[in-house]
Amino acid sequence: MQSMELPDCRNLGVNLRILMVIIAMMVMAAFLISPNLSQVFSMLSVLASDAVPILFLSLLLLYLLAPVIKHLPYKIGVMFVCFMTLSATIALFYVNPLFFYHETEPSLARSVALTLLCTLVVIGYFNLRRRALSPAINEARLQALQARIRPHFLFNCINGVLSIVRTDPKRAETALEDMADLFRVLMADNRDLVPLSNEIALCKQYCALEKLRLEERLSVVWSIDETLLNVMIPPLVLQPLLENAVYYGIEPLENGGEIVVLVERRAKQLHIEFQNPICKNNNHHKGNHMALENIRERLSLHFDAEANLNSRTTENDYQVEINFPLSA
Amino acid sequence: MNKRNILIVDDETPARNRLKLLLQDLLYEGQIFEAKNGVEALDLINVQNIDVMLLDIRMPVMDGLETAGHCQRINNPPIIIFTTAYDEHALKAFDLNAVDYLLKPIRAEKLQHALTKAEALRPKQLEALKPLNSPRVYLSINERGRVHLVPISEIIYFRAELKYITVRTIAKDYLIEDSLNALEIEFADQFIRFHRNSLVAKKSIRGFEKRADEVGEVHWVVLLKELPETIAVSRRQQHLIKEIS
Repeated sequence: MQSMELPDCRNLGVNLRILMVIIAMMVMAAFLISPNLSQVFSMLSVLASDAVPILFLSLLLLYLLAPVIKHLPYKIGVMFVCFMTLSATIALFYVNPLFFYHETEPSLARSVALTLLCTLVVIGYFNLRRRALSPAINEARLQALQARIRPHFLFNCINGVLSIVRTDPKRAETALEDMADLFRVLMADNRDLVPLSNEIALCKQYCALEKLRLEERLSVVWSIDETLLNVMIPPLVLQPLLENAVYYGIEPLENGGEIVVLVERRAKQLHIEFQNPICKNNNHHKGNHMALENIRERLSLHFDAEANLNSRTTENDYQVEINFPLSA
Repeated sequence: MNKRNILIVDDETPARNRLKLLLQDLLYEGQIFEAKNGVEALDLINVQNIDVMLLDIRMPVMDGLETAGHCQRINNPPIIIFTTAYDEHALKAFDLNAVDYLLKPIRAEKLQHALTKAEALRPKQLEALKPLNSPRVYLSINERGRVHLVPISEIIYFRAELKYITVRTIAKDYLIEDSLNALEIEFADQFIRFHRNSLVAKKSIRGFEKRADEVGEVHWVVLLKELPETIAVSRRQQHLIKEIS
């Protein structure tokens, strides 16, 4: 059973979504109550003068109290949020007339009822959104994806180990240990965030395994800002990108190439970049997009609008970059 | 049976080494050759007497399926046994068309069995594998029973003349027996058909020009980057000039 959770009111994306939902509701209301189309705008401004102060005061309260809300159980959290928005409404009901003049002052009861309705609609919206992106659905999709990608990788690993088992038993031993670690993570319940250092260790084990078969054709240059190693990120975001770089960038090249992995702090964000050479006459690009889409969805689930993934192709290189919020 | 010459084609050195070890285990007495990709393999086949080829599918430079296609132009082509770690599509096609293949990791018994049982690829089987194949990287030209490879990227244009097609590169002209329509479909993203009898490489187009012929009629022609000669553009294909420039 997936636990219900209120959105993080300090997240920019969440705040934008709340704004958009409320504005959409105001526009609809203005359309409904205007006697004709020319008055929609004036009606909207009247509505806004009542609703926007409540909205902003509520957002401010929720922003300040976000750490408290985070630790409340879902039902109590919902009640708490409603209580905050209603307090904002009541407070403004008495303060507002001091600043604005209204011909038709809405009654307190109506304001309270409307605020409650809006609050519940917004909470309902986030609840639905969370379900749509829920790990349960994602996981099913992820497993389908893994079923398609992993066998390739699994057999490559086994073949790599088999090919050195007689000539270099010690290296074969290490390779099997790496393989065990990697598959343990691949098969684990991957819902919680993990420290960046774990993901990088995983990437390095993966590279060691690929080097068994690709030998000197594969070279990886790591450039890592050590102070960022404790930042929490979703698991299995980096390794698939590295796997893509190997599969689409290095394997098709006769003499291989160099993958550059860059981890640094950039504009208060954790910036991770993968760069690999591209092979001119290579036609396998479908799987690539699937992996990218999947990672994008998981980023959106964990960080909403505050994390992003971009890829671009230049003359000789292919680059993927991810930016994570540092505070998470 | 145990004395035939074998060519192992695989881009991964450890994979080739393992196959060699397996052949040693089987007390194989024939000569063993190695190649890192299809081009190296075809070069070897031209000069050595190879009976059986163990051919990996996914390789850089030239993959296994393309290699198999070029091989058929040789007199007495070697028997081909494909080897692959995991390739769903290829395996399905192989099974359907009874093509010989070995799954990596390869077992000694299976290898032994394949070496004794494998048969030459029939043209029909090869035809059936075509959908798996991405556009060729090389064109093969048969010269006195040997295969000569011309990289597609070096070809400036194809021109159909009576029974043959002239393949023009900077260095040389070649004659092949093929259909311009088939070439047009296979290399649609690299070549353009400006005329019923010619296909021009997109990267070789320098520009277009109006020229009057002997009768005084004005035609468009394609100017080439590498060569002074021009290629006629037929009236029906004139719209392509706008699309490109």
